[in-house]
Amino acid sequence: MHITQVGPRAALVEVADAAEALSLAGWVRGRVAAEEVVPAARTVLLDGLGPGTDLAALLAGWSPEVPAPPGPWVTVPVVYDGPDLEAVAAHWGCSAGDVVVRHTAHVFVSAFCGFSPGFAYLSGLPTELAVPRLASPRTRVEAGSVALADAWCGIYPTASPGGWQVIGRTDLTLWDPTREQPALLAPGTRVRFVEAS
Amino acid sequence: MTLVVLDPGALTTVQDRGRRGWAHLGVPRAGALDADAAALANRLVGNEPDAALLETTLTGVRVRLEEARTLAVTGAECDVVVGGRSCAFAEPVSVRAGAEVQIGPARRGVRSYLAVSGGLAVAPVLGSRSTDTLAWVGPPLPQAGDKLPLGPVAGPPRAADVVVRRPREAVLRLHRGPRADWVTSQAWDALDGAAYTVGADSNRIGLRLEGRAVERVERGELASEGVVLGAVQLPPSGQPVVFLHDHPVTGGYPVIAVVDPDDLGVCAQLRPGEEVALRALGDRRRSHG
Repeated sequence: MHITQVGPRAALVEVADAAEALSLAGWVRGRVAAEEVVPAARTVLLDGLGPGTDLAALLAGWSPEVPAPPGPWVTVPVVYDGPDLEAVAAHWGCSAGDVVVRHTAHVFVSAFCGFSPGFAYLSGLPTELAVPRLASPRTRVEAGSVALADAWCGIYPTASPGGWQVIGRTDLTLWDPTREQPALLAPGTRVRFVEAS
Repeated sequence: MTLVVLDPGALTTVQDRGRRGWAHLGVPRAGALDADAAALANRLVGNEPDAALLETTLTGVRVRLEEARTLAVTGAECDVVVGGRSCAFAEPVSVRAGAEVQIGPARRGVRSYLAVSGGLAVAPVLGSRSTDTLAWVGPPLPQAGDKLPLGPVAGPPRAADVVVRRPREAVLRLHRGPRADWVTSQAWDALDGAAYTVGADSNRIGLRLEGRAVERVERGELASEGVVLGAVQLPPSGQPVVFLHDHPVTGGYPVIAVVDPDDLGVCAQLRPGEEVALRALGDRRRSHG
């Protein structure tokens, strides 16, 4: 763990990976007075810290072994008919049907959100199944598109440009600011994909 | 009890102090870019500091008040014309019901604030009435013909406030950023006192600085990480971008510096083509662990 000051009111804490970031972000909430706690791939940003906050002392109680607080389970039904399904199958050296089998076999965890409100970076794919981003991003990816990039899986909450490889689509509403929990896949949420019948 | 938008100008948004506590879901904070000017406008009309008002961009805005209220215009200096009569800038102005209000265009600066007693009572989204122009969380952009509801008048106008308006220097003071070591030490030293030109594509998301490219140390790819308001991001072009209120909550380019929060109002009022000087603050990098 490495703490770096970010201007007068924030600090960036570097950790080993997304799992540690999620653990630390969960641990920090309620223990450190910060307006924003933003986990990412290898960091947690603590923004809006009070003056004189001794972060090093406060974070001394956390260790990477602290498990992330268990998040809720969400099952995501997917129609696997995405435009990049065959390309992903080629990367994985299997059939399109096997992509579905593998994608539904893993348990994913929402590591962090970014890119757009409610867009969760879902970890869980082994690194050997990492796929590249599209060489040229699409100008429009429909809401509900289930897509892969590197070893991440993501679901587009709203239609937007995007460079991830789309393998399918879901009808679930990923983002609704009028809901008590506006993001369906807030950090920590555990996700299982199933093939929609 | 409404404010009717007659002409929204180039870009007019509803803003308050922004939304806090949602960055981890990917929601930008939004809020008035020149927070001091917005707070002053609210104070002048007797509003609470978090009341919603209109933020205009260069061209100003034309509205009609359907009820007698007090208004005040602050921020970028401009003409304030109420019912055909010229009125004072940055002072409370009584407006009779049905009067047309024309503010702008800005004589200097970019963003003017129009506060109306009672505040704009559009429906809040995630605790704020601010529109963010990146993810479009919050109330929609006001269009000609839109009727924006006004809240109940909270308190008397504060006409007695003495407002001293000093033109702010076009200087941005920089703290060392979390990735300051992604630029050479010579490049960091050269930032102190360097002059940059404000880019034409600057907006509520970022202030683009054009000038001498800041030389990066080659360190490969940076994983996306949380970014603060005022962060100075360095894309591969070497032309820095200062993140303003609608900035994405995470970014993958190194943040080499952070603009002091007291200078964010300067960023809000810099026009494309204007020159801005950078000044490195002497704070030592605090680092532990």
